[in-house]
Amino acid sequence: MLEQLTGRLDTLSHSLQLRAARQQVLASNIANVDSPGYVAQDIDFNAALQNAMNRTTDTRLSQTSQQHLQLTSTSALIGSPMAYTVQTQPSLDGNSVDLDQQRANFADNAIRYESTLRFINSNVKTMLSAITGQ
Amino acid sequence: MSMFNIFGISGSAISSQAQRLNVVASNLANADAVAGPDGKAYKSRQVLFQALPGTDPGTAGVKVQTIKESDAPFRKTHDPYHPSADAEGYVTHSNVNPVEEMVNMISASRSYQNNVEVMNTAKSLMLKTLQMGQ
Repeated sequence: MLEQLTGRLDTLSHSLQLRAARQQVLASNIANVDSPGYVAQDIDFNAALQNAMNRTTDTRLSQTSQQHLQLTSTSALIGSPMAYTVQTQPSLDGNSVDLDQQRANFADNAIRYESTLRFINSNVKTMLSAITGQ
Repeated sequence: MSMFNIFGISGSAISSQAQRLNVVASNLANADAVAGPDGKAYKSRQVLFQALPGTDPGTAGVKVQTIKESDAPFRKTHDPYHPSADAEGYVTHSNVNPVEEMVNMISASRSYQNNVEVMNTAKSLMLKTLQMGQ
């Protein structure tokens, strides 16, 4: 029963954590724009979300009584698939950060993070109004 | 909460860029110097950045690996009555290239601004996360 209430929130929380992780990776790329030999990385969001969704089904809390509630674990994203970004203009010092691309990705990811937050908020509001029934 | 790392990553980048800006200032200040602190002509200095891998996969801060002195030839002018002229009447100036340093300065300042922007975005996202479910 509780799963129906929180099922959608689970997906959204995975998504939010992944967005936060990707935000970090993009920040690292922007920080290392002048480091020789640095190779820009990124997270494949679709693959990582699939990965996280599949993993949660394996890790359940152990139940010693029939009356225990079933909760899926929300620990998510260890080993999210990383990839190297495609280099558009090779540079002499071996650095593969394309600053314009990274900034665009960063802004894009920030907006998606915020929209996920709004989804969560509206979901909570819906649940609360269902619970209070007013 | 993993997004806190962004402040560490961008903070390290900002302090590295600030150090680069300091070195540029030192170079430009000594561009016309005949003798440096050690009595010889001033050698232009360049910072070398290095990526500093973080705890989470795909994240990396920045550190200044070393500050190298340039091996470019010194600029010599013929001025026999100059107090620092050698036996043949040549005065040895620093090997700072002011145009190069100005470009370096603009690049450092742009990178600095980028990282400040990254931190501002991360901060606003985190403040919105704090209001989740309200």
